[in-house]
Amino acid sequence: MAATHAAVWQSARVVETDELTGDIRRIVLEMSKPAKVEPGAHLDVRIDIHGATDRRSYSIVDATPDGSRVALSVYRSPASRGGAAVMHALRRDEVVQVTQPLLDFPLRVGAPAYVLLAGGIGITAIAGMGRLLKSIGADYRLIYAGRSRSAMAYLDALTAEHGDRLEVHVGDEGTSLQVSRLVDGLDEATELYMCGPIRLMDAVRRAWMERELSMPNLRFETFGNSGWFAAGTFTVQIPTIGLEVVVRPGETMLEALEAAGADMMYDCRKGECGLCEVRVLHLEGAIDHRDVFYSERQKDAKSKICCCVSRVAEVPAGQAARVVIEAT
Amino acid sequence: MKDSTVAKILPYPLNAWYVAAWDHEVTRTILARTIAGRPLAIYRTEDGRPVALADACWHRLAPLSLGKLIGKEEIQCPYHGIRYNAAGRCTSMPAQETINPSATVPSFPLVERYRYVWIWLGDPTLADPDTIPDMHQMTDPDWTGDGLTIYAPCNYQLVLDNLMDLTHEEFVHGSSIGQKELSDSDFVVTHDDTTVTVTRWMLDIEPPPFWRKNMRDKFPGYEGRVDRWQIIHYEAPSTICIDVGVAKAGTGAPEGDRSQGVNGYVMNTISPETDTTCHYFWSFQRNYRLESQLITTQLRDGVHGVFGEDEAMLKAQQRAIDANPDYEFYSLNIDAGGMWVRRLISRMLEAEGRVSAAGEMGPVRTVGSPI
Repeated sequence: MAATHAAVWQSARVVETDELTGDIRRIVLEMSKPAKVEPGAHLDVRIDIHGATDRRSYSIVDATPDGSRVALSVYRSPASRGGAAVMHALRRDEVVQVTQPLLDFPLRVGAPAYVLLAGGIGITAIAGMGRLLKSIGADYRLIYAGRSRSAMAYLDALTAEHGDRLEVHVGDEGTSLQVSRLVDGLDEATELYMCGPIRLMDAVRRAWMERELSMPNLRFETFGNSGWFAAGTFTVQIPTIGLEVVVRPGETMLEALEAAGADMMYDCRKGECGLCEVRVLHLEGAIDHRDVFYSERQKDAKSKICCCVSRVAEVPAGQAARVVIEAT
Repeated sequence: MKDSTVAKILPYPLNAWYVAAWDHEVTRTILARTIAGRPLAIYRTEDGRPVALADACWHRLAPLSLGKLIGKEEIQCPYHGIRYNAAGRCTSMPAQETINPSATVPSFPLVERYRYVWIWLGDPTLADPDTIPDMHQMTDPDWTGDGLTIYAPCNYQLVLDNLMDLTHEEFVHGSSIGQKELSDSDFVVTHDDTTVTVTRWMLDIEPPPFWRKNMRDKFPGYEGRVDRWQIIHYEAPSTICIDVGVAKAGTGAPEGDRSQGVNGYVMNTISPETDTTCHYFWSFQRNYRLESQLITTQLRDGVHGVFGEDEAMLKAQQRAIDANPDYEFYSLNIDAGGMWVRRLISRMLEAEGRVSAAGEMGPVRTVGSPI
């Protein structure tokens, strides 16, 4: 149950939009049914892509104390499935349908020390946590990693807000984050909250396990939208029902199979629960596991795939990617 | 101008410490209890730390309180064996090698103080243990006593009303502490932002049976008249400690010399369960004959009998309230203490955004004239 509640849909009016970086837009919504926003909360937005209604989850970066205005920041990645384009096209006074703030990534008050780790657009889930920890005088560090300063949203504001507690790592300045060094320096009681690309989170999780730190103290959220490979086109076959589907970069394998009429099982659609698992009968290419459901061992075995987020990549490059699966 | 009708069902503030349990009730066996509308699974870790988790597994909401304790601090869901640590984080899931990162149950701040385990169900960043109501007579070496819990089938505010105006003793507790002078004597009400005090002195009266017995425990064979006091100390939202006693008439008790009397403190703290039920934790403390367990037990059992009379009245009152939804409360002059209590609670609710000054509370309305 966490602190989540059943989604209550409501209309929200766009009151402000702002370009933060070349690829990131800040969108402020005025909620028709305001509710207090806890750090780590996200909301779902109902969007129409090519005539079909879908929903996307976006972390809430900041909000007014009564929750009447909430700010999202949407990254338009090359692999976006279309949601970001819709969000980026929103203009003032447009009305969208959204849920109230939902919380699957709660910050626990009362830990002796905290590390907050944001990779790129992951800062949207982490910024509110930093603000709260600062306000209660907690012992925390905020680590923010990105490709280049110009692509990192809120960098100036965070520097002003957190001073020495902010640690910035920038790829094109040669100061990339050394995950093992970070994790080696932590003690048993520190809680680490992270949001960012799956590569970063997998690296932290691996280092965390190697150090035998307490797994419940490693907190993270992912919406399953980043991988080890760029999202490309691949083919899925389900021989028992004679189905062959092409999955394009802007859609998930689950979406493509559903659109083709396959009766698929799923729940979270963000790579956490494992319900959408399908068995791999034959593989040409490499599985790009984007879920957090499988262990390293299971990912290495290549026998199953969480089709809600994971993909098949062209390996070696240039050779068509293809997977044959067993229908559930 | 606010609606002047007195709320019949007063909501409860959430940014407040409530007693969840007596310290001795929190053990290595899980206690299921609902406080302020939140079902809880309450237990102790092996190293003695109290824990309160929301009593519903993240997975399919099975009550964790039906599960079992594992290892130093974990609780295991009775249905599919999902385990959580004291912080409410999942530590183990059946039939998979990883743990779903969203698998948590809320864990609420607890503080053990004054023989009680206090819980904070509101905004955890505001949970300051310094705001726990003062009940130091529960553990102060100059005092001793014991108490029990009443499960009261009424809105918690009805218990506060009951304790803030003791004229009801004449009618509800006629055989023990009630007497006509309660209604005849004047009383003084004072308040500040978080407390209300009601003071009543009854001078040169015959002690009722309960107090004659107490006087004789300290002054064997005492036959005379007494000066009796009741000083009711309310601390928001729902703690009432009542300084009670009698002293030999005319020996200076009203001026501060209580040496010729006996002094008790009735410790009451009420934790809402639902809108129409509450847990009423009480103890009767005294500062004389500290060595006598006999007196401790007699007082506890005696007060238990007296409070049983209140319980029956509160239950009947709530039933009548429920059965007469079209009738409102009216007030008497004697309700001044209780009305200040309602005023302070209404301000807490407003601060939480739970009621608006305009009175948009649905069936529940705020109290009094503009602040």
